[in-house]
Amino acid sequence: MTDVPPAVVAQGLTKRFGAFTAVDHLDLSIATGEVVGFIGPNGAGKSTTIRMLCGLLRPTEGSAQVAGFDVGQQPEAVRAHIGYMSQKFSLYGDLTVRENLRFFGGIYRVPRRDIQERTRVAIAMAGLEGREDTLVRTLAGGWKQRLALGCAILHRPPVLFLDEPTSGVEPEARRRFWDLIHNLAADGVTILVSTHYMDEAEYCNRIALIDAGQLVAIGSPGELRRHELGGELFEIECSALGAGLAVLRQAPGVAEAAIFGDKLHVLVRSGAAGAGALQAELERKGIKSSPPHAIVPSLEDVFVQLVSHPHGESGRP
Amino acid sequence: MNPRRLLAIAYKETLQIWRDPRSLAIALLMPLLQMVLLGYGVSLDIKRVPLCVYDQERSQLSRELVERFVASGWFATTARLGNDRAIREAMDRGTCIGAVVIPIDFSRVFTTTGRVSVQTVFDATDANTTNIAIGYAQGIIAQTTTDFETRWAASHGLRLRSVGGVDLQPRVWFNEGLASANFIIPGVVAVILALVGAQLTSLTVSREWERGTMEQLVSTPVTALELMLGKLAPYFVIGLFDAAFCLCGAAFWFGVPFRGSIVTVVLTTALFALVVMGIGYLLSVRIHSQLGASQIALTLTMLPTTMLSGYTFPIDQMPAPIRAVTYLVYSRYYVTILRAVFLKGSSLQDLAAPVLALVFYAAVIVWIAARSFRKRLD
Repeated sequence: MTDVPPAVVAQGLTKRFGAFTAVDHLDLSIATGEVVGFIGPNGAGKSTTIRMLCGLLRPTEGSAQVAGFDVGQQPEAVRAHIGYMSQKFSLYGDLTVRENLRFFGGIYRVPRRDIQERTRVAIAMAGLEGREDTLVRTLAGGWKQRLALGCAILHRPPVLFLDEPTSGVEPEARRRFWDLIHNLAADGVTILVSTHYMDEAEYCNRIALIDAGQLVAIGSPGELRRHELGGELFEIECSALGAGLAVLRQAPGVAEAAIFGDKLHVLVRSGAAGAGALQAELERKGIKSSPPHAIVPSLEDVFVQLVSHPHGESGRP
Repeated sequence: MNPRRLLAIAYKETLQIWRDPRSLAIALLMPLLQMVLLGYGVSLDIKRVPLCVYDQERSQLSRELVERFVASGWFATTARLGNDRAIREAMDRGTCIGAVVIPIDFSRVFTTTGRVSVQTVFDATDANTTNIAIGYAQGIIAQTTTDFETRWAASHGLRLRSVGGVDLQPRVWFNEGLASANFIIPGVVAVILALVGAQLTSLTVSREWERGTMEQLVSTPVTALELMLGKLAPYFVIGLFDAAFCLCGAAFWFGVPFRGSIVTVVLTTALFALVVMGIGYLLSVRIHSQLGASQIALTLTMLPTTMLSGYTFPIDQMPAPIRAVTYLVYSRYYVTILRAVFLKGSSLQDLAAPVLALVFYAAVIVWIAARSFRKRLD
């Protein structure tokens, strides 16, 4: 992948709405065929970034190239080379499955000899065989999303932007959707997909964490788990969760403590006193606890850790 | 511009109109409803004015006079009264807006002198109607007087000499019956087209913004011109169909004489449709809400067309500043054209000035509309 130019590049990409900075000097490079997950809390700037990359919003500062075209200078060329699924479902509910596909086929000027075949593939992909003449508004969420994806890739774009495509869709349908994404990636399509489901982040080649308009971290799920936490994560069972939490937060060497279900997750800074110290600390305050054991942090742990701290503060070596 | 994209949009839009009850109702039912409402409801003619009669004499002659009022068709007797006070009461109750008082010596004066004298009383609350009614009443009384005098003269073996030196015989051209319907109904076509055209198109883009489909559409390579032409095409066809329906209604149902050429009408109607639809589309692009766009479209099309186009209120009688404003009202030119083509049979050359004004308006509005669509969200 090194000799192929990246499919998406952003340099210092910034978008301000009045005094509010939605996206703040974002740098990003996505290799061809890569699936990058875009993760961050609501309002972090995910949609704004995607819209700028699609040429729908003009960057206030910085620049971006998509499929080799500049989003500010050549938005039409960008549009011809991307597929986009907006956050809000955006097919025509009062048109049938086939009519929607035919419409986008016409808009994207899909070669006439290919249109039949691509429509058939899209219908099969969405699992809508036999329901071609159903009005789209009567379809359930999962079908709608897969059909929207089918419409967005009808012209075989090399780059695909999906803005929370699976929000509000049931788990089984989400899994099917991700199978489709991986099939596309296997065909060489570059995909940037935003989501707020942590389990979906695991399916990505790389994850870009964004918070308050800034890129907080980027890397493969494994890398993020290993490096970004800046310490070791322990799980402790104790008799009084609330009291235990309060104690551990004050304990030396503890970067972060949080309740996870009926247990406590405690992040101990690298090089700080070992796990035994945690239990001793609890004992001192009269709280019984199990011996802490090290656990592999989930992406959610990483995510919580990274966005709960102001940028550049503690928690990282 | 790519014809395939344009067609894709036009076809999609047609399907959506077909499946949207609101659009269908505006496109198909509205013209019918408005035609009936405006065609029948708005008439400046005065017919069957309610009239009370206070006949103090009740003679054969007095009854003949009353009979002539009724026979004219302009008046209908609604009550016969027994005293003067009753006239006031009848007017207060709204039983009549006019009264004829025939004096007790009506026949006696006539047989001795050959002259007749009656009194009429009118309620001038509605000054316009009353003025016209008084005119009719004077006409009837004058005619009756002449007839009676001739009859009296004959019965006395005399020949009545013509008194006045000038015998005025007015002749009215183009709208011979002076029927206000002939004057108003061509204007009704303009009102309907303005209403339907701007209402339909004001929804077309704002609906896509509201439903979120526009975000998808602007992410595609579609151009602003393709979008506008593709979206307007089906509405333009509907507009011409509605106009044809209304024009046929005017000519065949309301019997407005049609003396001009169909080509002139079709051409100018197409221009007018472009103007109102351009306005509707422009609003739809600028205002991302269906309700807002359709309300403003109503204000910018229906209001000037009904008030300032001369469709019911004659422009000549407006105060000078308002008259100046009417030159800005595009419907004024279309109403002028329609009237002239219907009643006078005017040709395109005769109508060069208003036709060019419409061309100018259509060009400017379509140009602005085409440029106003931005494929950006900010």
